[in-house]
Amino acid sequence: MPYIPHTPNEVKEMLRVIGADSINDLFDEIPQELRTDISAIPLGKSEMAVQRQLSEKSNIDGTPLCFAGGGAYEHHIPAALWQVATRGEFYSAYTPYQAEASQGTLQVIYEFQSMIASLMAMDVSNASLYDGASGLAEAVLMAVRANRKAKSKRILMPKSVSPVYRQVVETIVKNQGITLDLIDFELTTGSMDPLSVKNQFNNDEAFAALVIPQPNYFGSLEEVHQLTDWAHEQGGLVITQVNPIAMSLLEAPGNWGKNGADIAVGEAQPLGIPLSSGGPYIGFIACKQKLVRQLPGRIVGRTVDLDGKPGFSLTLQAREQHIRRSKATSNICTNQGLMATAVTMYLSFLGTDGMQKVAASCVANTQKLMALLEESSVIQFPFGKTVFHEFVVALDVPVELVLERLAEEDIVGGINLCLQQTNQQAADEHKNHLLICVTETKTEEELQFFSNTLINICSDISSQSSSEGEQK
Amino acid sequence: MSKRIVEQNADTLIFELSDQTRRSTSLAPDIDVNEVCLELPDHLQRKKTLELPQVGELQVLRHYTRLSQKNFSIDTHFYPLGSCTMKYNPRVCNTLAQLPGFTSRHPMAHASMSQGVMSCLFDLQTMLKEATGMKQVSLTPMAGAQGEFAGVAMIRAYHDNNNDTQRSEIIVPDAAHGTNPATAVMCGYKVKEIPTNEHGDIDIEALEKIIGPQTAGIMLTNPSTLGVFERKIKLIADMIHKAGGLLYYDGANLNAILGKVKPGDMGFDVIHMNLHKTFSTPHGGGGPGSGPIGVSERLQPFVPVPIVGHSDKKGYYWITEEELPLSIGRLSAWMGNVGILLRAYIYALLLGRDGMERVADFATLNANYLLKRLMAADFEMAFPERRASHEFILTLRKEMKEYGTSAMDFAKRLLDYGFHAPTTYFPLLVPECFLIEPTETESRADLDAFVETLIKIREEAEQSPDLLKGAPFELPVRRLDDVKAARELDLNFYYSEA
Repeated sequence: MPYIPHTPNEVKEMLRVIGADSINDLFDEIPQELRTDISAIPLGKSEMAVQRQLSEKSNIDGTPLCFAGGGAYEHHIPAALWQVATRGEFYSAYTPYQAEASQGTLQVIYEFQSMIASLMAMDVSNASLYDGASGLAEAVLMAVRANRKAKSKRILMPKSVSPVYRQVVETIVKNQGITLDLIDFELTTGSMDPLSVKNQFNNDEAFAALVIPQPNYFGSLEEVHQLTDWAHEQGGLVITQVNPIAMSLLEAPGNWGKNGADIAVGEAQPLGIPLSSGGPYIGFIACKQKLVRQLPGRIVGRTVDLDGKPGFSLTLQAREQHIRRSKATSNICTNQGLMATAVTMYLSFLGTDGMQKVAASCVANTQKLMALLEESSVIQFPFGKTVFHEFVVALDVPVELVLERLAEEDIVGGINLCLQQTNQQAADEHKNHLLICVTETKTEEELQFFSNTLINICSDISSQSSSEGEQK
Repeated sequence: MSKRIVEQNADTLIFELSDQTRRSTSLAPDIDVNEVCLELPDHLQRKKTLELPQVGELQVLRHYTRLSQKNFSIDTHFYPLGSCTMKYNPRVCNTLAQLPGFTSRHPMAHASMSQGVMSCLFDLQTMLKEATGMKQVSLTPMAGAQGEFAGVAMIRAYHDNNNDTQRSEIIVPDAAHGTNPATAVMCGYKVKEIPTNEHGDIDIEALEKIIGPQTAGIMLTNPSTLGVFERKIKLIADMIHKAGGLLYYDGANLNAILGKVKPGDMGFDVIHMNLHKTFSTPHGGGGPGSGPIGVSERLQPFVPVPIVGHSDKKGYYWITEEELPLSIGRLSAWMGNVGILLRAYIYALLLGRDGMERVADFATLNANYLLKRLMAADFEMAFPERRASHEFILTLRKEMKEYGTSAMDFAKRLLDYGFHAPTTYFPLLVPECFLIEPTETESRADLDAFVETLIKIREEAEQSPDLLKGAPFELPVRRLDDVKAARELDLNFYYSEA
C-alpha cells in the first residue's frame, strides 16, 4: 500500500488492542447516513505512470524565452540552492513550535530577517508573508493600526502600483472600512509627479499612509525622497513596495527622504525562487523598530538557553492569532518558511557584490534591448527610458495579437497592460501598451532575436491590417 | 542527530563568516557595476553600503547543511504534532513539480503556452470537488488562514448581496483554532464563542440561545480540534440554515475522513482544505501552505478568482472577474501557490480513490491504537469513552499534580529521546494537554516506541522530576529564555537599539 507500512498481521493485532473487528468499525461515531464514497476519483497509479503523465504535461508548456515581469522575474538560481533547501530537514519540518528541535529553521529565519532588514535599510523584518501582493495588504492594515494620530482609514495608492496588487489589497482590506484613493501618474514618465501629488492632496483630509513603489509597475523610478518627506509632513506613514534586486543599486526605503519610509514590503521571488506560474512566492515586510509590535506573522528572536548559550525562538507571539485569537494583528499562521530558506541562501551565495552585479546586468540588458527597439519606428516609449529592468512600449497594433504571434515563436513577449485594467478609463490609458522585462539571464543573441521578432510581427500585422483596409 | 557534529559550528551566524573583500562567486555575471550605474539617476541610487555576507560557495553550502541538521523533521523523526498532519511527503511529488516546464512558466504566459499546467490545476479542482462534495473549488488561497478569510468574506458577500446586512456575528466553538476568530474579525464580524460539553460535542442548548437574525454563520472543524467527530452536525447545520446563517468548514482535520464522509454532505456551505496536511505537500519549516476553498451552490458566484475552466473550443482558460462579477476578488497576484498545488495533484494521482480511503483508515487506526495503548498504560485521556478520529487528547494534569511536571516538561523530555513533541496546550480548554496525531504513514513499531518512551518519562517524572524540568539535554540548545527574547528584542544581526 503506497506510503502505509502496516502488514496484515500488524493491522489484526492493532485492532485487537483497540477492541474492534475491522477498521470500518472505527468510524462508527459518524452517522451512517453521512457515509459516502469518492467513486468519481480515478484509482491510484504507480510512481512510474505518474512520472510519465507529468513529464508529458510539463513538456506541453516547454521552456519559452521569457520577457515578462510585472512582479514575477526570471533570474539565475544557483544550482546548490534548491539541493540544500529541499533537504528533508528543511523541507519536512514544521513551524518551529519546539524551539530546541528547530534551531536550524529558526536561525535561518533570523538570518533572513537580518538580510531583508539590511537590504531595505530597515530595523526589523518578520519571517515572511505569503507573497508581495498580500504583503502589501498586510502593510496597509498595519499602517492603519499604527498611525493612531491620523485616525484615518484612508490610503493613498498610486496607479503606478501593479493593478493586480491593488486588486488583492482591495479584496483583503475592504471589509474593514479602509479606502484606497488612487493617485495618477504623469503620462510622460509613468511615475508620480511630487508637485501634482502635493497639489491634489495638500491640506486634504488626513490619510493613514502613502504607498510608494520603486521601481514602479512600469519599470519607471519614483521621486522617493520628495514623496516620503511630503507624506510625513502631512502626518501619513510611508509604505514602500520595492523590488529587492533593485535595492542593491537604488536607495533603500529606510534611507528615503529625511526620516526614511516606515514600512517596506515586496515580493522576494526574484531572490532564488523559480517563476512557477506565480507561486509559491514569498512576501517580505520590514519596518522601523517603533512599529515592531504591529507587524503581522511570525518573528524570530535571538536569546539564550538555560546555560547562557545563544539560541533562537519565536517571539512577540502575543500579537498572533493562536494567543490573541480575535484580537490578533492578523489571522496569519504560516509564513513561507521554505521560500525564506531559499531566499536566505540566495543572498548568502550572491553576497553584496553578486547582488549588485545581477542588478547591474539587468539594467545593462534592459538598456540594450531598448536601444535595439528604438531603431524601429513602430515602437514608442511613452514613459521614457529611465527605468530599472522593465519598460513600457506603445505599439501601433493590438498587443494581444502581438503576444499571440510571439507565443507561436515560443516567446513570452511581456504583459498586455490594457487587459489588466479593471475599468474602461484605465484601459484606454494603456491602449496598445506592452510591458517588457529584461534580466541578467538574456544573452546578446536573445535580445537581438526578440527585438527582430517583435518588430517584424508588428510590421507584419500593421501591413496586413492596412491592406485589409484598402480592400474594403 | 549527533550533538557532537552540530557543536562544531554551534554559534556561527553566516554574517560572522563574511569578509567584504572576498570575491569568490561565479554565480553573478561579470560586469562593471559603476559604469552601469551611470544609467540611473544619481539621487535615486543607494548611497549607504549594502551589508550582505560575502562567503565562499562551499562555506555557504556547509553552513546551511549543518543548520538543517539541527532540525527535527518528518524525514528524521516521528512528529505527532496534533492538528498539523505531519505525514510523509513523497519525494516524487517534489521531483515532478520541479520539472522545467512547470518551474519556468511565467504566470502571465499566454494560455496557449500554459495548457499543461492548466490541465493539472483543472484536474485538481475536479478531484477536490469530488473528495469534499462541494460544487466549485477555487485553488487561489495561499494558506489555510487565507482560505478561511476567503470563506468568511464569501459569507459576507452572500449576505450583502441579499441586502441582508444586519448579520454581524460569526459563531466559533471555544476549542477552535485561533485563526477562526482572527479571520472573522478581519472580515468585519464580531465573534461569539460557544462552549463544548463534557463529551467533546458542541453544547446545543448554548448554541440555540445565541443563534438569531444577527448570525452570519458558524465556523466548525469536524472532526473537531478535540479529536472527535461532531455527531450532531446535521442538526447544527439545520439550526444555522434555518436562522439564515451559513456554515464554514475548517478543513484542518480532513485527513480523518477522506473518502468516508464529505463536508458538503454534512451541510457545509464553504470549506477550506489544508493541502500541506491532507495532501501531503511540504510543511517547509512553516510554509508555504495552500488553502483551496470549496463552496456549495449558493456561494458559487462569490468564489475568489482566477479558477481554471475548460471547453472543447477554448481548451483550458482562466475564469476571472468578467465571468464572475460577484467574486470576492483576488487573494494573490496570480493563481496562489501553483507549485504546491502541483505537489498535491501528483499526490492525489498516486493515491487515487483507493489510496485516499486508506489515508483515513490508517490515520484512524494509528490514532486509536495509540490511544488504547496509552490508556492501558494508565495515561488519562480527555475523552476516554469516545472513538479517536485521526488524533486525540491526553491530559497530564495527574502527573502535574503528583510530580509537578507539566505537559511542557514531558514535551521537552520527549525531544531528548528523539521524538518531536505533540501539540501542547491546545485546545485551550483541556489542562496540561497533548494533542497527538500519529498520521497513517507511521509504522506500528514507531508507535510502540513512542508509548514506551512516554511510560519511561513518567517513571523519570516520579523518580527525578528535575530530569524533565531541565530537559532537553541532548539537543543543540537547552530550554530557551523566551522572556528575554521578548523583552530584549534581537531580531536583526545588524541592528541594535541605540
